[in-house]
Amino acid sequence: MAEKMSAKDKDLPKILVFSTNNISDPGIDLAGSSHMHYPPSVVVLSMPCTSGIKPEWILYALEKGFDGVFIAADGEECAYLSDCTERSGKIVARAQEMLQEKGFEPQRLRMSAICSVCAEPFTNQIKEFSETLQNLGSARKG
Amino acid sequence: MSNKKIGVYICHCGGNISDYVDVEKVREAVAGEPGVEVAKTAMFTCSDATQQEMLEDIREKNLDGLVVASCSPKLHLFTFRGVAKRAGLNPYQYTQVNVREQCSWTHTDDPAGATEKAIRLIRAGIARTNLTEPLEPIVVNTVPAVLVVGAGIAGLRAAVGLADLGLSVWLVEKAASPGGWVAGFGKMYPYDRSGSDLISQLTAEVKKRNNITLFTNAELVEKSGSIGDFNVVIRVNGGEEIKANVGAVIVAAGFDAYQPGDGEYGYGTDGVLTLPEFKALVDSSDGRLMYQGREVKDVVYIYCVGSRQPEGEDRTYCSRYCCNAAVHAALTALEKDPGLHQFHLFRDIRTYGKFELLYNQSREMGVRYLKFDENEPPVVEKDAAGKVKVTVKDLLTYSEEVEIRADLVVLVTGMVPRENSGLTDVLKLPVGRDGFFNEIHPKLRPVETVVDGVFICGTCQGPKNSAESVASALAAVTQSASILKKGYVELEPLIAAVNPELCQWCGECAQSCPYTAIGKEQYQGREVAAVNRAVCKGCGGCAPVCPRNAIDLKGYTDAQVRSMIDAFLKETG
Repeated sequence: MAEKMSAKDKDLPKILVFSTNNISDPGIDLAGSSHMHYPPSVVVLSMPCTSGIKPEWILYALEKGFDGVFIAADGEECAYLSDCTERSGKIVARAQEMLQEKGFEPQRLRMSAICSVCAEPFTNQIKEFSETLQNLGSARKG
Repeated sequence: MSNKKIGVYICHCGGNISDYVDVEKVREAVAGEPGVEVAKTAMFTCSDATQQEMLEDIREKNLDGLVVASCSPKLHLFTFRGVAKRAGLNPYQYTQVNVREQCSWTHTDDPAGATEKAIRLIRAGIARTNLTEPLEPIVVNTVPAVLVVGAGIAGLRAAVGLADLGLSVWLVEKAASPGGWVAGFGKMYPYDRSGSDLISQLTAEVKKRNNITLFTNAELVEKSGSIGDFNVVIRVNGGEEIKANVGAVIVAAGFDAYQPGDGEYGYGTDGVLTLPEFKALVDSSDGRLMYQGREVKDVVYIYCVGSRQPEGEDRTYCSRYCCNAAVHAALTALEKDPGLHQFHLFRDIRTYGKFELLYNQSREMGVRYLKFDENEPPVVEKDAAGKVKVTVKDLLTYSEEVEIRADLVVLVTGMVPRENSGLTDVLKLPVGRDGFFNEIHPKLRPVETVVDGVFICGTCQGPKNSAESVASALAAVTQSASILKKGYVELEPLIAAVNPELCQWCGECAQSCPYTAIGKEQYQGREVAAVNRAVCKGCGGCAPVCPRNAIDLKGYTDAQVRSMIDAFLKETG
């Protein structure tokens, strides 16, 4: 396996995406159906709603070896919670405090609203995020 | 280690996955994961043969966990939950891993990277499955009534279909009378009955049925509740509000005709009409065609006006009905005046199905077809004699330049999405890139939307002819009736759960729930939070607010998410 992996893949920042079953996951699926490309070091964990993400999970992901966490939020489209954006914002703020305490750069956590047809915005954002993380270097220093 | 026995099945998807992901390598890499008892690959995991194989494996090897790595859960989550259920395995101990849309298809440029990612994704799916528990669905009783939005041919036919299955129907039409576009159509193919006849007949059928209530000048202004039990508010004549309780909603809101811009192929000048305008002219004339007091002798049709635009423009799609409608209009015009000269300038002709016969008939009757290059479209100019001059290079005669002096130029325009933002807001329906409402899957779930219990049909989901609209309306009838006739729906039991050992009742969670699904109960002599199963929507919004981490969302528990993160990161080398 390892020898077949291209060198570029090995160096790509590992990104964990939290998406939502009904809104952003279909958008990310659409990127695939449209054969749009983003780095394969991006993996998606999908949930009902981004307001359900525990900030501790974000810290855990970075501590365990992810280089960045991207929250593909429902935004205004959330079918569950009318104040979903505000709630997800609070979760991000709490996670940022935890990251800061542990010495992780704030740029390692990003949130953006991704709609059910946002294939291109997702692909562009995730590529740009990957480049930002590449410049930051690995989250696990030393 | 795990005490689970999990079966893992990896799909080739006939090459959609295996062309980019080395599925055999993936199978080897995940076969040794904790809990994995069986690891297999299959050409199509959704095929009957493979489903049967899974059933046998589950029974023979006493599996208590199932993982299928194939397409998006949007397509086959329920298929494989069904397999689990038939085999006697609790369906909530099934996990679908998406290695197609989120892996092979998006990494077609990097097979090695895609293979490694597939291993990571499946490992996380196995980790999650190791921590699943058997759950029972939440049962909600359904209301045997349906709200149908739009009383065009699709909405009317849907109402009749639902009523005949014994469901009550609230039929809401924005216009002053039912019928939509078809009410204004003349003779239609293939039975030569006029649109207005068809609509009068359908309207009469609606009126015959006591269990259909039709509102005109009415619109849907509010919707709350969920599948099986929606509360809706219908506003009539801009004032009076009527409340109704329905189990499902069918949206049949229709389309608008594309309106060409000023000067687009000469639109706006005398003698240049759109297809709907021309059809109305033909239908209303007895005998020879007259336009503004002059007899019409030469007609030029220009196809694909406003349709099939280059990538990046608003309308990249084909409206599929316009070729047929233009050919049909030409034949109808010939019946009125057999001496008419007609020239069809097209990019491509698609008269699919039976309409091919119409196309051939028109050619036999002398209608001429000239093919133009989309980069060199026809030029329309007013000429001195009061006619309209059309210049076109005909690809079928080696780009010979042809000049036609026409009395009428018909711009063959397609369908565009109707301005429906009010309705979109109320129903929270997703709209596609083309601006039409989006179904979950055009082939597998063609009338369902991501909003459970809300269905779409007819031209509000994309261009269709009237027969196709009616077919989709009947599909929506069948889908909604199959839920409502059963009397209940089973909802996901993936709801919040409180760990009473950790909870010290502070009330934060109860405050955070907009559905008031969290209350108090007694546990070992003290107050703790308790979740009302029938009311909880399973959003998980209460879980992060608990200061003691005492709330988990089932299926997405703290332990599951952490184990998935670990599994994603495990070395693949």
